[in-house]
Order: sequence, then C-alpha cells, then structure tokens
Amino acid sequence: MAEFRLPANSRIRKGRHFSAPAGASNTRQFAIYRYDPDSAENPSIDTYEVDLDSCGPMVLDALIKIKNEIDPTLTFRRSCREGICGSCAMNIDGGNTLACTRAIDASPGEVRIYPLPHMPVVKDLVPDLTNFYAQYAAIKPWLQTTTPAPDKHERLQSKEDQELIDEPAACILCACCSTSCPSYWWNSDKYLGPAALLAAYRWLVDSRDEARDERLDALDDSFKLYRCHTIMNCTQTCPKHLNPARAIAETKKMLAKRRI
Amino acid sequence: MTLSILHRITGVAMSVGLFVLAWWLYAIAAGADAYADVLALLSSLPGRLLLIGWSFAFFLHLANGVRHLFWDSGRGFEKSQANASAWFALVFAIAMTAGYWVLL
Repeated sequence: MAEFRLPANSRIRKGRHFSAPAGASNTRQFAIYRYDPDSAENPSIDTYEVDLDSCGPMVLDALIKIKNEIDPTLTFRRSCREGICGSCAMNIDGGNTLACTRAIDASPGEVRIYPLPHMPVVKDLVPDLTNFYAQYAAIKPWLQTTTPAPDKHERLQSKEDQELIDEPAACILCACCSTSCPSYWWNSDKYLGPAALLAAYRWLVDSRDEARDERLDALDDSFKLYRCHTIMNCTQTCPKHLNPARAIAETKKMLAKRRI
Repeated sequence: MTLSILHRITGVAMSVGLFVLAWWLYAIAAGADAYADVLALLSSLPGRLLLIGWSFAFFLHLANGVRHLFWDSGRGFEKSQANASAWFALVFAIAMTAGYWVLL
C-alpha cells in the first residue's frame, strides 16, 4: 500500500560532521545516510568533507577513502569498482546508480548518498535485497528444454538470435531499476519489478529455450507483469543503459499476440 | 515519471469533472432558471479557473494517452524519445488549453 511518510523510527535526524584535514584546499562535502540497527537511534545524515586532491574521481573512491581514513563504521557494499558486479548500487543525488561509475564531478555541490529507495535497510547504505533476489529466482533464469541436447555440440543459435539476448543478458542485477519504480515501491510483494521482468524477457526471446508458453503463463497475472505502468524510471536510471521498460512492453505484446 | 503521475492526477480530476458535466446537463433539462444559476456559478472566477483546470486535464490526459498507445505498440522507448514525447504532451496540453480559452 502507498505510504507517504516514513514510520516514526525511520525519520532522519541530523548527524555528525567530519571536517576536512587542515590545509586541504580542494574539498567536497558528502552527506551520507547512516543507520545502525544495533543502536536504538533513528537514521541520520552524517556529513564528511573529503580532500579531493588525494581521492580518486568516482563516488566509490570517496566512500572508500571515508571508510579508510575518516570513519571506519561507514558500511556499504562494493566489489569490482568498474560497473560489472552491481554491488555499489545506491541513491546518489536523488538518482539510483553505481557509486563506482558515478563521477564526483557529476554532482554540482554536496554529494548526497542514500541507500536504494524503499528497501529495508540492513545498515547505512546496505539494503536488504532478499525479496529482489527471490523474484529473480521466481522467473526461472535458466535454460528450460524438453528436446534432448544435440550429441556432438551445444545447442546452437544464429548470430541474429544471439543478438536478441545481448542487451537483456547484460543486466548485472544491481536493483537500481526496480528500486526506482513507484509501482515496485508500492507492490514489491506482488509485482516482479523491472529487473526480474527484464530477466524473464531475456529467456522469452532466447531461441534455444523451449518453455516460452510456461514462462508467459507465469507472468500472466494482474500484478506480476501488469503493475508496470510505463513510468520509465527503470530505463532512465539504469547504469548499464539497458531498457527494461521496452522489454516489459514486448512481453505484454507477446501475451496479447498469444490471445489472438 | 512526472507525466506518469500527472496522467493519474488528471484522470482523477476528470472523473470529478464528470459530475460537473452531469450537473450542467441536468440543469439544461431542469429549465431556464436552473440553467442560469449553474451558468452564473461556472462563469464566476473560481468556476472559470476550475473549467480551465479541467480542460487542461483533458488535453494532457489525451496527449499522454496517445503516448501510451505508442508504447503499447512497442514504439518510443528510447530515453530521448520518451523525454521528447513527455515535453510534447505537456506543450500540447498548455497550447490547446490556451487556444481553447482564447479562441472560444
């Protein structure tokens, strides 16, 4: 159901401030959402002044510098630092993106960093993605076949058929799209969300997959697929420049065509 | 996103406006005096502002509805296309509302 105000124990307080070291001339302020489940306190926004002359160019570089040199309690996910693992997805200046591919200079002034919106927060910038992953598993993201596999080679496909899955298969499951979607905020228990639906589409258009009808049956429900109202936030925010909105529209078309 | 929420708001506004339309039609059937009362209310300043609002809601909902038709056919999903069609719907609605009230 729609909620327009945070629950009383989630409302954000003003937090601590960490000044730049003396002598730093090129500094930038980072305002970061902090929440510690072990304290009984509400979340807060802590502000950190970071010396950019000794910091890498990306927002993730600044987060790592803050954790290493200023405040080791700051908690966030990161791994590959080059936009391929999807771990450091967070809300930066109001948009969901990857901290590792977002330049500090892309922010006009203070860099405001929050966890992905409308998800339970485990700690600081770490959201609980259990439901998100369960939805991905629910679309059965593996090849389903009934015919026996060829003896001497893999299941082959043409270059054109392969190109159909190039884009949807490039999704890194960072959850930027699903957590930017108002429909997902309100119905994430029943609506699969753009990431899972893009993955479903990737298998629907795979020329080797033989469970197309079953896959479509599983999506043909007033919530799982049709809670998409083409709001387009998913496509606008995707840090990999994929187009979940189009994939969902194509899936709706497949279902419509199957009926006539 | 902005157009999406405006589409909903204008849809709700038009549903409310439907009662006014029904009331106006009812007044026509109820005779000259009743109609004159309704006309007086609707041509007052607040009445006119509401009517301008409803006509804007109609034109925006219309333009954005056509946008949704294109999307349903699988077209217009590039980010640049979606942004351009959003601006088009908004400018169309403002221009049509202005034209409607200036020319009629």
